[in-house]
Amino acid sequence: MARESIILLGVNHKKTPLAIREKLALTGGYEEPLNQLRQLRGLKEYYLLSTCNRVEVLFASEEPEQMRAEVLNLLFAGRVSQEQLESCVYTHSGSEAVRHLFTVAASLDSMIVGEAQILGQLKEAYRHASELKTSGLILNRLLHKAFSAAKRVRTETRIGASAVSISYAAVELGKKIFGSLEGKRVMLIGAGEMAELAAEHLVGQGIAEVVVVNRTLERAVNLAARFKGRAAGLDELVAQLAEADIIISSTGATGLVLHKQDVASVMPRRRNRPLFLIDIAVPRDLDPEINTLDNVYLYDIDDLNNVVEMNREQRDKEAVKARHIVEEETFKFMRWLEAMEVTPTIVELQTLAESICRNQLEKTLPRINGLGEKERQSIERMAAAIANKLLHHPLRYLKAEHECVDRQERISVVRSLFCLSGESCSNSLPDQSDDAS
Amino acid sequence: MSHLLFQLSLAAYLAAAAVYTVFFIRQKKTLHTVARVIFCVAAGLHTVNIAARYVEAEHTPITSIHEIISFFAWSLACCYLSFRWRYAVKNFGSFAVLLITILMLAATAAPQAILPLPPELRTWLLPVHASISIVAYAFLSLAAIGGLMYLIQERQLKQKHFGFFYHRLPSLEALDNLNQHCIGIGFLLMTLGMSIGTVWAFQLGGHRGLGWHTKIISAMITWLLYAGLMHHRFVQGWRGRRAALLTVLAFAAVLLTFWLLLMKGVADYGA
Repeated sequence: MARESIILLGVNHKKTPLAIREKLALTGGYEEPLNQLRQLRGLKEYYLLSTCNRVEVLFASEEPEQMRAEVLNLLFAGRVSQEQLESCVYTHSGSEAVRHLFTVAASLDSMIVGEAQILGQLKEAYRHASELKTSGLILNRLLHKAFSAAKRVRTETRIGASAVSISYAAVELGKKIFGSLEGKRVMLIGAGEMAELAAEHLVGQGIAEVVVVNRTLERAVNLAARFKGRAAGLDELVAQLAEADIIISSTGATGLVLHKQDVASVMPRRRNRPLFLIDIAVPRDLDPEINTLDNVYLYDIDDLNNVVEMNREQRDKEAVKARHIVEEETFKFMRWLEAMEVTPTIVELQTLAESICRNQLEKTLPRINGLGEKERQSIERMAAAIANKLLHHPLRYLKAEHECVDRQERISVVRSLFCLSGESCSNSLPDQSDDAS
Repeated sequence: MSHLLFQLSLAAYLAAAAVYTVFFIRQKKTLHTVARVIFCVAAGLHTVNIAARYVEAEHTPITSIHEIISFFAWSLACCYLSFRWRYAVKNFGSFAVLLITILMLAATAAPQAILPLPPELRTWLLPVHASISIVAYAFLSLAAIGGLMYLIQERQLKQKHFGFFYHRLPSLEALDNLNQHCIGIGFLLMTLGMSIGTVWAFQLGGHRGLGWHTKIISAMITWLLYAGLMHHRFVQGWRGRRAALLTVLAFAAVLLTFWLLLMKGVADYGA
């Protein structure tokens, strides 16, 4: 019996530049490529994952080397050159593949470690595979274990709690001030790239409106269009303050853009609703004294960097814990998989023993005269007991953790000793007619 | 019987406070569930204790120091439970249960014997006045706890120092909402309690009217403080740090009133 291997191949953001990743991404959804893979008879089970940071194929097959080439060919042929493909695709097999999948699910392999999105994407990918029935016994269990490993990492470590980029840090701080960012208004002062990046992340949090204030109105209009927001000139800045909740300033101005008294003057009109100001410009745009006002919170780039740095340390500590969990879960899954390998052999052995008993009993019992029901049952029990005792050691040999003999080898030894199906010996039992009469 | 129930509920509160404290430090979800279950059991036992004492004493058990403090703790537990289903204020329970447990310990220190009620206090107005006022104080205490949490969290955010409390305390918004909710209900009940108390005082003293007991003056000042806070909050849009600070200060006045009440005793009027 050939061994089925689990193979994982793919590209991710760590090794492959975006330019190649976007060519390999499965932009047309999962259904088509999953159905295409059905042509490959050698694939027992498979599933696909495609996100903006990675494309991965996971399959179980008895001929991993050949299947690897065929899968790559089928999915990615023509998109990039063969050399390019070979240089960026990583291949993991067996426990390494399992570990990699668990690491991805636990968000340890993400661009922003600890972000929660990947688990949802993984579940979505798996849903397609299971709907099209391309996942089977092994992959179903493997994916479910990946979900539960990710859940363990989430509940047992604080890896998801820390923000490790400036915009994440800003969102995290905003949540501590506002509770939820839903329905809040964001004002961008300056229409630079930094402002755009920060706003992008905020908009993902359910922001109600984005207002862009810029010296040149044209650029403000362009940026505002990206977020379906409004644009305003710099002279309207103070008037706009009354409406905004979160302000991100990133102008190239050499002096201050907003003074303490500007902010103080709008607070009564705001009925003291909190105001969260983020100053990512160097030199600073916002008067540091603004932070002394009640219900106003001002953070400059250094403050945010401190938050990021602090979170990074915290996260690294948590990642160590998370990796332990991944190791543990990988080990558990591999144990299950190995046990799966011996299960068919064990079942066959037991069926063999049972059929021998039954055959012999059927032949012998009618020849003995004067047997009562009770005696008959005792003989049957004795036959079963002999068979079981004979099988006891072979079974233990199969199940036990032998360090010196590989499990595959043990399986094949037992199979050839007992002439189980697939082994090269006559399957019929020696001399059925020569029975002990 | 009621004594045994009191001891049992005290033990359960102590256990809940211990688990809540560990939960606050470790932030493990399972601990939270355990703590909540223990706390609910404690509150249940406490309810039965008060009911049993009512039966034994044949009057509402809000007459001795022990009874008043115990009833206060019980009201706090109920108020906390009443809105914890509506608002999820992160880690608020750890603080609330701690206060309840401290009150329970204080109640243990007071003599627990059931005293016969002097005839002049045998009126249905006393339990109504006392229970409404105490429930009002319970809400105001919760507001003060929330205010204290607000002040800590606000300080962390202002000073950009993100220590132990930053991760464990909820958002400023949640705490401010809690403050508004608790002060609103607490103030309403306090006003109601005081009105009933006034009616009762007139009934008792007849022509003497309210008189100017220190307790009454203190209660008036407390009421004015909260009235001012309510006014500023709803009319001038006061919120955040100032509202939280005033809530904590006003609560000090509540404690003073409460202390005067306990020292002078309810029998004060009878004399």
